[in-house]
Amino acid sequence: MEKNDKTTGTVSGIIANLVVVDIYGPVGQNEICYIAHNEERLMAEVIKVTGKQAYVQVFESTRGLRPGSKVEFEGHMLEVTLGPGMLSRNYDGLQNDLDKMDGVFLKRGEYTDPLDRKKKWNFKPIASKGDEVVAGDWLGEVEENGMPHRIMVPFKLEGTYKIKSIAKEGEYTVDDEIAVIEDNNGDTISVNMVQKWPVKVPIKTYKEKPRPFKLLETGVRCIDTLNPITEGGTGFIPGPFGTGKTVLQHAISKQAEADIVIMAACGERANEVVEIFKEFPELDDPRTGKKLIERTTIIANTSNMPVAAREASVYTAMTLAEYYRSMGLKVLLMADSTSRWAQALREMSNRLEELPGPDAFPMDLSAIISNFYSRAGFVYLNNGKTGSITFIGTVSPAGGNLKEPVTENTRKAARCFYGLSQDRADSKRYPAIDPIDSYSKYLEYPELQKTLGESLDEHWLDNVLKSKDVLLRGKEANEQINILGDDGVPIDFHERFWKAELIDFVILQQDAFDKVDASTPLKRQKYMLEKVLGIVDTDFEFRHFEEVGDFFKRIINQFKQMNYSEFESDKFKGFEKELDEMLKEHAVEEKKKEEEAV
Amino acid sequence: MKSQAFQKVYTKLNNITKATVSLTAKNVGYDEMAVVNGRMAQVVKIVGDQVVLQVFSGTEGIPTDAEITFLGNPPQIKVSDELSGRFFNAYGDPIDGGPDIEGEIREIGGPSVNPVRREQPSQLIATGIAGIDLNNSLVSGQKIPFFADSDQPYNQVMANVALRAKADKIILGGMGLSNDDYLYFKQVFDNAGALDRIISFVNTTEDPPVERLLVPDMALTAAEYFAVDKNESVLVLLTDMTLFADALSIVSNRMDQIPSKDSMPGSLYSDLAKIYEKAVQFPTGGSITIVAVTTLSGGDITHAIPDNTGYITEGQLFLRRDTDIGKVIVDPFRSLSRLKQLVIGKQTREDHPQVMNAAVRLYADAASARTKLENGFDLTDYDERTLDFAKDYSEKLLAIDVNVDTDTMLDIAWKLFSTYFSKAEVGIKKELVDKYWKK
Ligand SMILES: Nc1ncnc2c1ncn2[C@@H]1O[C@H](COP(=O)(O)OP(=O)(O)OP(=O)(O)O)[C@@H](O)[C@H]1O
Ligand SMILES: [Mg+2]
Repeated sequence: MEKNDKTTGTVSGIIANLVVVDIYGPVGQNEICYIAHNEERLMAEVIKVTGKQAYVQVFESTRGLRPGSKVEFEGHMLEVTLGPGMLSRNYDGLQNDLDKMDGVFLKRGEYTDPLDRKKKWNFKPIASKGDEVVAGDWLGEVEENGMPHRIMVPFKLEGTYKIKSIAKEGEYTVDDEIAVIEDNNGDTISVNMVQKWPVKVPIKTYKEKPRPFKLLETGVRCIDTLNPITEGGTGFIPGPFGTGKTVLQHAISKQAEADIVIMAACGERANEVVEIFKEFPELDDPRTGKKLIERTTIIANTSNMPVAAREASVYTAMTLAEYYRSMGLKVLLMADSTSRWAQALREMSNRLEELPGPDAFPMDLSAIISNFYSRAGFVYLNNGKTGSITFIGTVSPAGGNLKEPVTENTRKAARCFYGLSQDRADSKRYPAIDPIDSYSKYLEYPELQKTLGESLDEHWLDNVLKSKDVLLRGKEANEQINILGDDGVPIDFHERFWKAELIDFVILQQDAFDKVDASTPLKRQKYMLEKVLGIVDTDFEFRHFEEVGDFFKRIINQFKQMNYSEFESDKFKGFEKELDEMLKEHAVEEKKKEEEAV
Repeated sequence: MKSQAFQKVYTKLNNITKATVSLTAKNVGYDEMAVVNGRMAQVVKIVGDQVVLQVFSGTEGIPTDAEITFLGNPPQIKVSDELSGRFFNAYGDPIDGGPDIEGEIREIGGPSVNPVRREQPSQLIATGIAGIDLNNSLVSGQKIPFFADSDQPYNQVMANVALRAKADKIILGGMGLSNDDYLYFKQVFDNAGALDRIISFVNTTEDPPVERLLVPDMALTAAEYFAVDKNESVLVLLTDMTLFADALSIVSNRMDQIPSKDSMPGSLYSDLAKIYEKAVQFPTGGSITIVAVTTLSGGDITHAIPDNTGYITEGQLFLRRDTDIGKVIVDPFRSLSRLKQLVIGKQTREDHPQVMNAAVRLYADAASARTKLENGFDLTDYDERTLDFAKDYSEKLLAIDVNVDTDTMLDIAWKLFSTYFSKAEVGIKKELVDKYWKK
């Protein structure tokens, strides 16, 4: 789509942020243009062309815009600028650096450079003169916040090139030439540390994309233990408002064992973004000891920012993730909330008077969502190294109804389903992930089962499945109790119910705001699960159903104290010892021993 | 909002619908205001030289030869200290018989605050109402609505909150306010001697409904003036946002837009978010806090208006009549303040978070016991105790007529715990139990 003479046009119609432009030359679908309005230039994207008119969605407010305004088409689609210096930045949905903007309020038509052009980076070559390279191959690297940031052959290049020269180790700005490469015809291309890429096109400079097979530790017990997500996996978190989607995503992004975390705040609250950039600079990355903000990039298109840029924001975030994945890094990408993105599509589709699909969403919603999720994944790069994008999106179903189009279509695309339940949130059982309805398809992958067996032990999977079973049986027992009454069922039912409650309170529930409880390393998760299952396997003896609840409540309380204590600390061990004593009160084995002794 | 300079007058309308008129006109800007036979209107669509105007008070009686003038600007308001103590209509014209305001002209519905220029909200707002301060603490810079059926005393509670909040300015945005409620606010603020801190933009039930679309932006533009230019803490009260949303749907239906859920426009989320996101804490000390009212029909929070609101605001305060005690309470189940964790246990006593959670959990147990009872089952001793606890908790803490400080609320809660439960049943961290358990 690159062209030398820019096509021009004039504005002929305005309906909110949909603008109709009379065009005087060729334009492409999704091409970017700028509308001149007084001193300002408003960025817009072509979304439909009919005859001599282009329909463009403006990424800004169109207030005051008049027909007759001049339009200039740029000859390329919406692009991001990729290069070192993107970590710890706060970008808007179009990758403008928010910190570089003046004033308290966002100014229409103000676009800022995502990169720092003056900063010098210490470049170290990886490839050498004479090497044959293709797009995405590593030429060298600089260090970005302690992470290797690879400088790659521009993704846009096709075919094979030969390195004609490569810069020596030293200090360079992003715009300095670091290599010259030559194609088969002897034409040379100068390469620096910056490249551009259209956000709606996936970066595919990898060799192979196998099924994910490795657990990605998040520190959230009801994910890691019960429904694990994988490196390169996809998951989504639907839930009515206030059930804990954002808190859960923030928890995962603080704790997950990722090299890079990209957070797309898509049509949600500005204060939640503020929370990230106020708190992350204070918090340590548990694995590197560096500050969390150093591995994080924020893409903020909050709900009061222009709607069209909201749609762009998730693509911008994904493209940044793909860029870092190509460097062989483990990227975690979060989008909150993908429903707002779908709504942005709906607003535009309605303005275009397209034939609406279910709930007035565009007909191709399903394909759009699937395409997006399919950009995540674990990859083998051309040099044999691996990289991954794990993607977790939230979904905000209208009226909390999971049968609405965005949830249904996302269910088809994402492999992990973490459904948040209103009931659980109401009774403060956080995180409110429904243990029965939620699932991780990866648990069925033999590849994952194998690595789980290796990293934990061969009983792990059985234990996980057993816990799920206990939870389900507990739920059934509870239903019976509710129908038949406490003394209308055998005491056994109460025991079954309370054993499920035990798993619920000790394993599933986790206080995201407690220093210790917030994140549980896998090793500790394993210890706790085995301890809890040990109790589930114990035969107890109760004379009356009330004894069951009383007993288990005390046990749960004891476990909670353990959850709040440093693992294997004296406090932890103290509580555990008391717990073990308590257990003897009703354990059948113990009773027998006592009787035998007498 | 009177016309200023010389303007071209148009005298021919091509089309008239219930809400809009259209004419052939040149050099008109999107969103621009116009006057059609003395009625305020705004540009909502431009196609070539065809300009569509939305007439706020409706088009009844407008002839095809109506006089149309364009004002050359979007809706605006004059801001200065003179706003204090005054009452205005939706266009920002005085309705209290006082003089016009002198001040700087500002466009309403202006741009958003750059997120990186925000400060994290951190200042607790105490209201004395335990259903709020204990379970759902408010923080300056927060946006939170009351969810209430229309027969709940939400305006009274809101007035109480406003007066106790210690804000520098209180700005009331009344939409479809009944005349009685309008006079009620006026009187309460007057009695409290707070009238000079209060600015009101009011659209009453007697005014055309579509006019209320301007009210939140008027109120918030005034709020931005005081929060940004004067570094003041401003509390904005918006009542009733359901009536605001209804006006949105009237407009979009009349303009033949495809409705989404509950015949609301597909842009409802963005429309509401633009308003609520004006709540902000600035690093320089100024802040805008929004307390709104969203009336429900029959407690249904899945309706598109409360649903979208819930997704935007930082929690909600759910008012409900508790028949056990015959009082209105702040329902601990459906209510939530998402910013509370920024202040509780930090600006309030350390035991606050755990006490709050334990009490709500026990209250939930009472709800299950009640279900058991309704299904005709025997109650256990524990069930009985939770029911007694629930009643006491409701009466002493949840009722909206409670007015004590936060430490007292916590003490009351501990007292209730020890009266009805054992330590294990309450399940709070041992250190806190050791320190606060009441014998
Ligand atoms: N794990 C948790 N531990 C303790 N409290 C929690 C937890 N998760 C959620 N909460 C509580 O629930 C509130 C709402 O959570 P959150 O903001 O994540 O909801 P949400 O699902 O993102 O809502 P929305 O769709 O409106 O954005 C939080 O402010 C917090 O009070
Ligand atoms: Mg959220």
